[in-house]
Amino acid sequence: MNINLTLIGQSIAFAIFVWFCVKYVWPPITAAMQARQKKIADGLSAADRASLDLELAQEKAAQQMHQAKEDAAALIDQANKRAAQIVESSKDDARKEGEKLIEQARAEIQQERVQARDALRTEVALLAIAGAEKILETSVDAKAHSEMLDKLAAQL
Amino acid sequence: MADTPVEYIKHHLQNLTYGKLEAGYERFDGTVVSETGWTFARTAQEASDMGFMAIHVDTLGWSIAMGVLFLGLFRFVATRVTTGVPGALQNLVEITVEFIENLVKDGFHARNPLIAPLALTIFVWILLMNVLKLIPVDYIPTIAHAMGLEYFKIVPTTDPNATFGMSIGVFLLIIFYSLKVKGVTGFAKELGMQPFNHWALIPVNLVLEILVLIVKPISLALRLFGNMYAGEVVFILIALLPLWAQWTLNVPWAIFHILVIPLQAFIFTMLTIVYLASAHEEH
Repeated sequence: MNINLTLIGQSIAFAIFVWFCVKYVWPPITAAMQARQKKIADGLSAADRASLDLELAQEKAAQQMHQAKEDAAALIDQANKRAAQIVESSKDDARKEGEKLIEQARAEIQQERVQARDALRTEVALLAIAGAEKILETSVDAKAHSEMLDKLAAQL
Repeated sequence: MADTPVEYIKHHLQNLTYGKLEAGYERFDGTVVSETGWTFARTAQEASDMGFMAIHVDTLGWSIAMGVLFLGLFRFVATRVTTGVPGALQNLVEITVEFIENLVKDGFHARNPLIAPLALTIFVWILLMNVLKLIPVDYIPTIAHAMGLEYFKIVPTTDPNATFGMSIGVFLLIIFYSLKVKGVTGFAKELGMQPFNHWALIPVNLVLEILVLIVKPISLALRLFGNMYAGEVVFILIALLPLWAQWTLNVPWAIFHILVIPLQAFIFTMLTIVYLASAHEEH
């Protein structure tokens, strides 16, 4: 336990170690630690931002979904209306067509009836004339009596 | 190896000393030194007769070895340091660095890039030197004896030269920063005008303040030395017990020292920070 040169040797060693530590050990390690701290902090804030973004995106998606639903509902509504309209109008058309056809048929029938009557009338007139001729045994001057015969025919 | 318990203890507490013997000195075996020269001391008497011109080879060697181990390890990590996921070794180093960084942040408020690495060096170095104490007391001396070295004490912190060597370094830093931060007049004023702020009491103040200043390195060195030396003595005493009984005391004492070793390193570090912080403070 003698105090001797070891004291000075130890002090010198101490000084050299401290110098080395200050220069070559401390700065790179603390720099790396600070860099990591920054990295972690950045990562955390990025995660926060991402979750916020996600929330916003979800909100937006929900909004769009809602909008799309509304649009679709409107479209369907419109289509339904249009379909009803088409059905209505085609019903109308069909009715009109039918009525037209009926009208036409009616007109034809009427025409045929008139024709048939006319033909019948003529026939009847001829028959009547023939009958009358037979009765009178004389020929009737067709020309002279045509007026009368026409009158007769019109009466039938 | 020595025979009686007293010789055994004395033997284990003697450093391996390499020093200068004057011409005409009579050595332990009766031979007379013919000319002044450096040699290994063969007895405790020779070691003390060498006076100041001697070196404790074991203390210096082991402390430098521990310092190189510390710096080598930390430098190794520092060159491969990654900001990504650290490995086990880097983790260990970073825990230590962060621990010291927090200590300095809490205790030292001025800006000085020297303090934290200084504290780290003190802490890890002392820790490693103290850890040597957990090596059983006879292992290394027996090996050294087989190599022809009479004495070998491996724990540098049980040598006051080592602890005072460090505390004197700290003391010089205290003086340096006191002068640098406060200036010569500021430092003189701090020594002369405290604690009694009156011109008539300047001599009293000077005595008190200089005493306070001087006591700082002494308390640093003696606290560490005293704890480690006493622990070492107890280990040696336990080693005197019969072999089968040693573990009953050895194991608890070693476990206790697992607490003491980092604690003493921590106290030295903490006090260094506190002393240097007060050196930076203007009153």
